[in-house]
Amino acid sequence: MADPQMLSDARALVGRQYGRVYAWDEVNAPMIRQWCEVMGVDNPVYTDRDFALGTAHEGLIAPPAMLQVWTMEGLHANNYPPGSTDENPYEVLKIMEAHGYLSTVAVNSELTFTRPLRVGEKLYYTTRLDAVSDEKTTALGTGFFVTLVMSHFVEKATGDEPVGELLFRVFKFRAANAQAPAKVETAAVKAKRPLPGISDDTRFFWEGCAKGQLLIQRCTACQTLRHPPAPVCIDCHSFDWDTVQASGRASLYSFVVMHYPEVPPFDYPNPIGLIELAEGVRLIAGLVDIEPARIEIGQALQVEFQTFDDQLTLPMFRPVEA
Amino acid sequence: MTDSSISGRAAIVGLGATEFSKNSGRTELRLALEATLSALKDAGIDPSEVEGFSSYSVDKVPEYEIARLLGCKDVKFFSQVPHGGGAACGPVMHAAMAVATGVAKVVVVYRAMNERSWYRFGTGAYGFASTPTFDNVNYGWYMPHGFHTPAAWVGMFAQRYMHTYGATSEDFGRIAVAARDFAATNPQAFFHGKPITLEEHQASRWICEPLHLLDCCQESDGAVALVITSAERARDLRQKPVTIKAGSQGISHGQQSMTSFYREDITGLPEMGVVARELYRQSGLGPESFQTAVIYDHFTPFVLPQLEEFGFVKRGEAKEFIRAGHHARGGKLPINTHGGQLGEAYIHGMNGIAEAVRQVRGTAVNQVADVENVLVTAGTGVPTSGLILGAA
Repeated sequence: MADPQMLSDARALVGRQYGRVYAWDEVNAPMIRQWCEVMGVDNPVYTDRDFALGTAHEGLIAPPAMLQVWTMEGLHANNYPPGSTDENPYEVLKIMEAHGYLSTVAVNSELTFTRPLRVGEKLYYTTRLDAVSDEKTTALGTGFFVTLVMSHFVEKATGDEPVGELLFRVFKFRAANAQAPAKVETAAVKAKRPLPGISDDTRFFWEGCAKGQLLIQRCTACQTLRHPPAPVCIDCHSFDWDTVQASGRASLYSFVVMHYPEVPPFDYPNPIGLIELAEGVRLIAGLVDIEPARIEIGQALQVEFQTFDDQLTLPMFRPVEA
Repeated sequence: MTDSSISGRAAIVGLGATEFSKNSGRTELRLALEATLSALKDAGIDPSEVEGFSSYSVDKVPEYEIARLLGCKDVKFFSQVPHGGGAACGPVMHAAMAVATGVAKVVVVYRAMNERSWYRFGTGAYGFASTPTFDNVNYGWYMPHGFHTPAAWVGMFAQRYMHTYGATSEDFGRIAVAARDFAATNPQAFFHGKPITLEEHQASRWICEPLHLLDCCQESDGAVALVITSAERARDLRQKPVTIKAGSQGISHGQQSMTSFYREDITGLPEMGVVARELYRQSGLGPESFQTAVIYDHFTPFVLPQLEEFGFVKRGEAKEFIRAGHHARGGKLPINTHGGQLGEAYIHGMNGIAEAVRQVRGTAVNQVADVENVLVTAGTGVPTSGLILGAA
């Protein structure tokens, strides 16, 4: 039987809207031509400009079935154009996974077209979690049908125009035969650690991390160290500053151990420290090689740098002898 | 008090609310209008008389749409206070200032959100991006480490508080148990009929150590609205006037939003100290003046330093107050008699102001005897606010 709290938590997400995912490119003739070649589509309204001008469409249109093509990430997973959301519309599946519904199979993919797309139009889509079914048992196993609706729009100065919808349904289940689970990957992709916003006031810190240096901002007028970095000294209001490299020796000022919600790509439990550097300033950082039950305020720590996803280097702290 | 003080110049004369739920099943705009019309009806004031509006972030219902649907033609004051739950008492203070200065004769304060069914705050997904706006840069110190939920930010302060003063998870639990006890007898509460024990609190799963599940409120859908007008007019209206005796917002040294980790000491809430001093200055009242209080409780740990900032106890001694049960039913300062946000619903502080109104009127389900003055505080860990409401 389904855990009522789990089902209630999952259902609480129903109706949630997830933000925009933009198309990399405008609807364009080369991609249409290649798609038609591969799919064996030979209707000249898609590829022959002169012919298309003479039709009711008065120009080239894209095959309606290409609707999803325009907003796909391309070769590299999760690589969406700037401005696209980084929300995960499949977050509801995580709730089910935490209760042992580990397998996923896509069961419906239904496209609805409002009108043909014309060359030069720019698309985006938003996603709505449409429904979570009651617990069902099929030949594959027992679980829930989860339905998402992706609404596609064309950007227009006069107001964005809906052009079609994709209804995508998966079955999230406990496999009936645990020896041979029918594990099928969904469109969900490996999440990356969020990147920090970086400004002119803080860039030195992140560039230091990339070089394996923990840099602290210093007011050159009154020598006060400060973190987080700021454009002006809190003590003397001078705008002049430089940096000093911290020793990396530190002690633990406070900490938490994060358990819930489990958000990819982080490992749980996730211990986080409020770190007091030997130089006197504090910063927040992850704790490594530390047993959550044995973390103690005041314990000695040392910085080390870890690079994630080939793009983000963070200072992390590990326990050391005092 | 000077002649320009807002103390005693304005009163809350109307109160309206929707039910509180996990899924309201209707739009935020509709919730706002249901609560507003209910509050105006409660006050006996015609919607066309409203001249001002105030709400707070991240409410997404614009005041002009409420004004349009109410049929208002002469709206001269509107504000939206930043910082979410920390703002909660701010709109009432703004409304009192607008009324006291004669800018607007009738002001509606409202909060309407489908926070549970449409957004959720605790998912760890914030949509922060890399453009160097202040929030993106600021939260860039936390998000890459996965340090990204309100429970985690509060937990960081709580851990240090426990270490410094010897408070325990059970002390936090005693806050939750008392709130759920009040909620159990409040039919409007999520947890009506569902009290908890300290053992259940201790056994509940970790959300973020040192916070258990039962240290955290539940996100909610719902709306609350208040009608504020002059103390003079309030005397002639339908309800017993609830006088706004003091109102203040607060930012203090080293202030950040949820992440003031760089202060020399992180066991207090100096912004709440700012509010406390200003409320006492405006009203001439002190900690001994209250029969009950609404102490912001989105998470249990910050209740303790609030009791300290307002001088109910000395610094670090809130745990003794809690262990003696002074905050609970029958105690010398029962707090959050509606069940708090832990027990009734998380309407970001507005349901707490509503409870203070009912306590002054004498209409609360868990009514405290002979209520003269009620302290109300707003969200903690962020720029904050507070109110003193009382009988005329």
